[in-house]
Parts: sequence; C-alpha cells; structure tokens
Amino acid sequence: MRKPLELYIHIPFCAQKCDYCDFLSGRAALSVQRLYVERLIEEIACQSAHYPGYTVVSVFLGGGTPSLLEPKQILDIMNQVKRHFRLAEDAEVTMEANPGTVTMEKLKACREGGINRISIGLQSADDRELKNLGRIHTYDEFLKTFQRVRQAGFANVNIDLMSALPGQTLASWKATLKNVTMLKPEHISAYSLIIEEGTPFYDRYHDHLELLPDENEEREMYYLTKQFLHSHGFERYEISNYAKPGYECRHNTGYWTGTEYLGLGLGASSYIQGFRFCNERDLGAYCRLKMQQEDVDDYLHKDIVRLTEKEKMEEFMFLGMRLMRGVSEREFEKRFGVRMGDVYGNVLDRLLKNRLIVADEPYVRLSEFGIDISNYVLSEFLL
Amino acid sequence: MPIVDQNKIRNFCIIAHIDHGKSTLADRIIEMTGLLTSREMQSQVLDNMDLERERGITIKAQAVRTVYKAADGEEYIFNLIDTPGHVDFNYEVSRSLAACDGAVLVVDAAQGIEAQTLANVYLALDHDLDVFPVLNKIDLPSAEPDRVAAEIEDVIGLEAHDAPRISAKTGINIEQVLQAIVEKIPAPKGDPAAPLRALIFDSLYDSYKGVIIFCRIKEGTVKKGTAIRMMATGAEEEVVEVGYFGAGQFIPCEELSAGMVGYITASIKNVKDTAVGDTITDKNNPCREPLPGYKKVTSMVYCGLYPADGAKYNDLRDALEKLQLNDASLFFEPETSIALGFGFRCGFLGLLHLEIIQERLEREYNLDLVTTAPGVVYRVHKKQGDVIELTNPSNLPNPSEIEYMEEPIVTAEIMVTTEFVGAIMTLCQERRGVYLGMEYIETTRALLKYELPLNEIIYDFFDALKSRSRGYASFDYEIKGYQQSELVKLDILINREEVDALSFIVHASSAYERGRKMCEKLKDEIPRHLFEIPIQAAVGGKIIARKTVKAMRKDVLAKCYGGDISRKKKLLEKQKEGKKRMRQVGNVEIPQKAFMSVLKLDEE
Repeated sequence: MRKPLELYIHIPFCAQKCDYCDFLSGRAALSVQRLYVERLIEEIACQSAHYPGYTVVSVFLGGGTPSLLEPKQILDIMNQVKRHFRLAEDAEVTMEANPGTVTMEKLKACREGGINRISIGLQSADDRELKNLGRIHTYDEFLKTFQRVRQAGFANVNIDLMSALPGQTLASWKATLKNVTMLKPEHISAYSLIIEEGTPFYDRYHDHLELLPDENEEREMYYLTKQFLHSHGFERYEISNYAKPGYECRHNTGYWTGTEYLGLGLGASSYIQGFRFCNERDLGAYCRLKMQQEDVDDYLHKDIVRLTEKEKMEEFMFLGMRLMRGVSEREFEKRFGVRMGDVYGNVLDRLLKNRLIVADEPYVRLSEFGIDISNYVLSEFLL
Repeated sequence: MPIVDQNKIRNFCIIAHIDHGKSTLADRIIEMTGLLTSREMQSQVLDNMDLERERGITIKAQAVRTVYKAADGEEYIFNLIDTPGHVDFNYEVSRSLAACDGAVLVVDAAQGIEAQTLANVYLALDHDLDVFPVLNKIDLPSAEPDRVAAEIEDVIGLEAHDAPRISAKTGINIEQVLQAIVEKIPAPKGDPAAPLRALIFDSLYDSYKGVIIFCRIKEGTVKKGTAIRMMATGAEEEVVEVGYFGAGQFIPCEELSAGMVGYITASIKNVKDTAVGDTITDKNNPCREPLPGYKKVTSMVYCGLYPADGAKYNDLRDALEKLQLNDASLFFEPETSIALGFGFRCGFLGLLHLEIIQERLEREYNLDLVTTAPGVVYRVHKKQGDVIELTNPSNLPNPSEIEYMEEPIVTAEIMVTTEFVGAIMTLCQERRGVYLGMEYIETTRALLKYELPLNEIIYDFFDALKSRSRGYASFDYEIKGYQQSELVKLDILINREEVDALSFIVHASSAYERGRKMCEKLKDEIPRHLFEIPIQAAVGGKIIARKTVKAMRKDVLAKCYGGDISRKKKLLEKQKEGKKRMRQVGNVEIPQKAFMSVLKLDEE
C-alpha cells in the first residue's frame, strides 16, 4: 500500500503586505515572481524523486497570495505536481485567494489544473476594519470574488475571518458572521487577532492595548462565533475551524494527526519519516539554487530535526488536541507501545481535575475552558 | 642595616571624587616611572577586576611599587596605594590611608570639589597625611583651573596656586606630579630595629600561597622565618615569603623594614585571620600595643540569596565560601524560606557590595539567583530585656513581645548646585531625613547635611538623587549609630498565604504607601492562573492594601501556517520554560523576579 503524502506549496508574494501579517511573504516584481515559479517548478521535479512510494492525498497552495500568479503559472505548477507525483483521484487540492487578485481566467486555470477547493481571505465584512488591517479590498470586492469562484464551479470554499480586530465591536463581528453565513460557504476559519512582533500592528498596538477590544468583548466575540456558526450548520472540528459536515479541511487535519507532508517553495515546512525540516527562507538564495539533487540536499533544507520518540509523543498530544474530537488513547498505545496514562498520567489527572480536558473513551479532548486557554493546556504535554 | 634608605621612600595614595581621574593618573605615574613599558601598560593597571572596570571604580585596595629618578638624580621608591572609591568601603579606605604618609588630591578642573572630594580630604587629614592638590582634565574646554584652585583654597584650605595642572588622559604635566610627590610627601619614619608593628591594609587569597597580606611596616623588620601574630584575631604563623608589589605581580625580597610597603605570606588559609586594620607583630618579640584604628567590619545590608534551582544549593555555598576567602566582609549563614527553600542570609558592607557579590556569583559561578529585598540590621528590644539584631524580617518576634525597635542612622553630606537644593531637600524629607544644616561652598553650590535612616538610602537613594539633580548631586555618608524608630513588618499575602520572602521592615508612616505599591507591582508580575488570586499587604495581621490577579480567560496560539509545527512548539516551550522560572507558593506560581520587585517600588 502506498503511503499518504500532503504537499504544501508556498507562494510568497502579495499585492501588498497586510499590517498584522508576519508570514514569509511580501511584494515582489513580476520578474522575480517568474523566476521564483521557474525555480519552484524545478524543485517539484527534483524533490519528487524521493517519494516513489507515496500517494499525494492533498495539495495546498498557500501564501502570500497564490491567486496573484498568472493563470499559466498556476497551471504550470499543478501540471508539474501531477507529472511528478501520484495524485490521488479524490485528493483535496486547495488554493488560497485574496479578493482583488482573482479573475475568471485564473479560476478556470485552477479548475483545469485540478484545484477543487478555494480558500478566500476575507477577515471582515466591515470596510473600515478591512482598511485598518491593511487589506487591499472592500467587502464588495470580496462578494464579486466569491460569486466568481462559485460561477467557476468550485463547490468547496472556505472563508477566513478574524475577530478581536481594532475598532471591531460585538455588533460588527455579528454582522460579519451573518453576511458570511448567508453566502453558504462550506468552511469558515475564524481566528482571534494575535499581535505578532515585527509587524506594523505590533508597533501600533503593543503599547496601546486599549485600542483593541478588551478581554470581555473579545471573549464574547469568541463565544458568539461558536454559537452563531453552530446554529447555521457549521461544526467546529478544530480550535478555530468550522465546517459543514464532510467538508473539514483534510490538509490541515493532516498536520494535527501526523500525516507526512512535503513543503515546496520558499521557507516551506516538511515532516517526512520522522524528520522535520524547512526550506531556505531567503528569496534570493532560493532563486539562485540549481534545483539538482545535490543542491536540494545540501542547501535547500534547513533546520533538519529528527524527532525523538518523546517528541513524537508530545506532538501527538499537543497537535491532536487541537481537534475537537481530541486524541485517542488507543491510537497512542498503537503508535508508541505505551499507554497514554503511563506517560501523561499526572498531567491528565491535573487537567481533568481542573476541568481543562474531558475524557471521552477512548478520546481525551479539550473542554470548553480548555479551548479558551489551549496554549496553557497544550504546553503541559511537553515532556 | 635596612636594605632600603627610608628617606628615599614615598608612601602615598591618590584621593578623588569618582570619575575625577584617579585611576588614569595612577596609570600615568606607573608608566612614567618606567617600571613597565608602554606595551605592557594595560589601561588602568590598578583596576584588575572586570567588574571594577565596568563600573569605573576601584573596589579592593591594591598597591604598586615603582622607581622614580628625581631631578636631584636620586632614585625614589614610590609605593602607590590604591583606595576604594565608594562609601560602602569607607573602613577599607581609612586603613589604606593609614598605610600612607601623604596623599595626592585629584580634582576635576571642570567640576571642582564634590562631596567625596571633601569626605576623602577630611579622612586623609584625620590620618595626618600631607595632602597636595592636582588639577586634572585641564585639556577639557570647560576646565576652569583658576576657579577650582581658588575653591580648593577657600573650601579645604589647601595651598593650590602652584598645584600641578595636568591631564592624566593626555599625559600633560605628569612630571610635575612626580616631582611634587618627592618634595611634598614626607618620607616614612619608624625604627627598623624596634619590635615589629605592621598594619594590614588588604589581603588576598591565592590558592598556591594562601593568604597574601598587604601591609605597611610601621616599626621593626620582617623576613622569612619570622613568627608573626595578628594582634586582633590572634592568628599565628611563620613567614614564608616577603616582597613588594611590581605592577600586577609579586616580587619577593629579603626583608621588609620600617617605612616599607609590601606583602607577607605565611600559609594562612583564610582572610578572616588577616583582618584589615589588624596589627602584625613578632610573636617572639611583640610590640607593646597594636596600631590604633582597628575595627571589626560589620555587615550593614542583608538579603537572602537563594539558588533559582534548588538543586544548586551546594554550588551556591561553595561559591560563597570561595568569595569569602578573598572578602572577609562578606557574611553568610544558611537560612530557610517557606517560599524559596534553602538559601543563605548574606551580609554586605552596602548595596554596591551586594550587587558586586551577586554579579560575581552569577557571572563567575554561573548561578541563577533569587534575591530577596535587602534590609539593614534592626535592633529589637524585647520586653524581657534582651536585644535581637534582626537581619531577616521573618525573624521579627511577636509585636507583643517587643518593647521598641531601633534602626541605623547615617549622617549624609550632599553636594549640589543651588538650583537643585529644593528638590534634594524634598527628597531627603521624603526619606525621613533630619536637616542638620547647609553650607555654601561657593555662590552656586551648597553642601547639605542630613541625618537619614540607612534603610531609606540603601535601595535607590543614589539614583533618585541623580535624577532629581540632573546628575549634579554627589553624596557621601557615614554610619552614625542607632535610633529608636516606629517600625513595622509589612507582610505580603498571596492567595491568602503569607510569603515570608516578601516581608520587609518599614517605617510605620510609609507602610500603607509601600504596601499598595508592592501589591500593584506583584499584580503585574504574577501571571494569571486558572483562578483569581488576591494579593494583600498586611501589618500585624491587618490588611492595608489589596489587588487582584484575575483568572486566566484566554491563552490561544496564533494560526499555524503551512505546517510550521516547530514554531508552534517553540511557543509552547517558552510557556513551559516560563513556568520553570516560577516558585510555587501554595497553589500560586510566582516568578522569581517578583521577589526583587520590592526594590523597584519607586520607579515611575
């Protein structure tokens, strides 16, 4: 039997960097983008040599803004993937798209290339909030994008949202949720804003937390999200992800459950046969690589770490717990040959006592309160 | 016959206010007297501890012997004895001065006389030293040598019109200083044939030679084989080696005789046996009485030092023992805290001394420390009549057993430009100061005299002084004695449990204010828990202030993007690492730095 593999393909370009974003992405000249895609296409061919025994079960074109690419570039990348990897027939193939960069022509190229899921970055349905985030589009432009995506025939669409934004109120957040659910997407990601160091938001708000919704408002928005989406037929299957039944994102679920994945492109992370590594993060250096076998082995992969058994257990717990169904004690024992209780007995007892987790044979999962402070709970699973 | 002609010896020190150029002048003197080549010259030879160099002050007294060929063609031996430059080390300063016959007073030609200038001159005059002034930094555009010379004559009464005007930094007129040392500093006296009488002004522990005693021979002669006795400590040993101080090295010689400065080794294992100020005599031919001025050094400031990692307790003890080998003024004894576990109560000469020791423990011995708030030694008079010297607030007896309490008081001299007199007087009043008087040094500068409780100046008085005078005020103090005072113990309760390591003694009038600030500070330091945590300040069981750390409601990681698990894990690790640096008190985890937060209550 072939082993399942997920592919993540990074497109580090944006029309404009958003003020809260700390991902590896930014603006670049068209010539740079072209050079990059050429390199990426070479990398796909070159890396694929290592994975003859695998079937690709999901592909995720993320960014940056992959929808910034020209139709032909999208097609070239996808064709290259199909040429060099064995893509499962029912593979989930997602591309991220941002309003203002999506044309019908591109969407047709996506379809032709085998992309079957579009994830649209909206963040908010309030134009003032969008502007403050440094987004390049209005809500109206998003609506056009969404319609176009549907017209092009995509039946699996995600919309990304963010709460706890500067200037956001419970009412405006509710309006965003209302507007979005009316569109009936299959999937909604709803994150709380986190002020990351090194972003304009950090400079703007780190010393002025009073400009952000206070803790009470933030919590209310958060509780509203769950309740509102639930009443509209979305089920929360991960801390920040909601889906109509059967539309849970398989690619992301793979991250939480230890599926192997290969990252392609600038700074992309991989998890292969117990090794975690990450691609070159410097755009210039990446573009200068000659994507031949030696270069890939010697220069492309950085921060190569072989997980110990202990680390695998830690990850099994703190990643698996992100899913609402939790982690399975049976699966733990099957994988590691020891019982979960033997390794984490004390931690589990303490967390159970504090009602941060719930035991639901054979699963152990976060409680509602545990989800609120998941960072605290998950850190307990580090050995 | 002595091997060295007494008339050709000059024993002297350089005294100055901090930053007026003492160490630089010492370097130039050593350089010009040619014992070292320029290449060997490390800048500031006398300051050979890293810490001292960073702080720009000299901590431990040291000495150097150089040879100067004077204008008369004769060679003179200069023994330059370095003195510490901080009030914490006043006693060491006085012993170093006692080893000299004269002093070079360095005054910054731009800044003029400062508080320490005066304090040091008076100290030198008290020791009957001949003092002559030198005006330094004349290369600065702001230098006003005429004005400063007049100031020296008016304020101190030293002849200054012919004072050498130098720049130690650029080397201008250093020759004049050397010549003045020969002419103005008297040669030592003392009978080499009399019974041995030598003053210990410093000592150093060396793992090969044992304790190396730095001494000035006042009378008599000492050489290898002499059976010596320290008159105060009673320690006795046979001399193994005597010698003098080359720059940075010990140079053995035949004998040391009256008037000379040098070192003695005698297989002594502990610097406690060679107390600074003690008199060395010949066991078999003792002098009649010791030299005057010996004082047992007592610690003025105490605090608890605990290893952050309880398993490092023995390492901490070993490190303290090693430091004590070289520093008899460092005191420590084991103590136990409910909050912090096993550690040591340590006594220091002052806050600077504390900081130096703390830094050395952390830097040289790689120890991560938790320090409790420093305090002074209080005298607790109990109703039954006995008196306790209280160094740890936790040991304060029940208030019903206490008749009254006393705290140490200092007399302080603060030199400040007149525009800041008001601000400094306000500061002193806030610190419970008693005004003693004010003198005008010149029309723009005044010398304020105050009595202040030591516990009001050990934390941050110096910083406050500097900030309220835009850096212009200078400060010197000496311990005056004990005085009855209305003192109370302020306790801190976290989640209704008293945390012993956070208790401190405070004057009743400032208990409320301090308690409130303390609660506020701790509220910011203690992370949120799963439950609400009350933080309370109490005096005698009565709550006087309260703050609350709200329960944790949200703690979520950012979006995990493109499978970047490592980053996520790092964040979790950071969180877990944070927990490790906490101390568990009851159900509450308190960050280690919270225990020092009492120190920083006056920050805006």
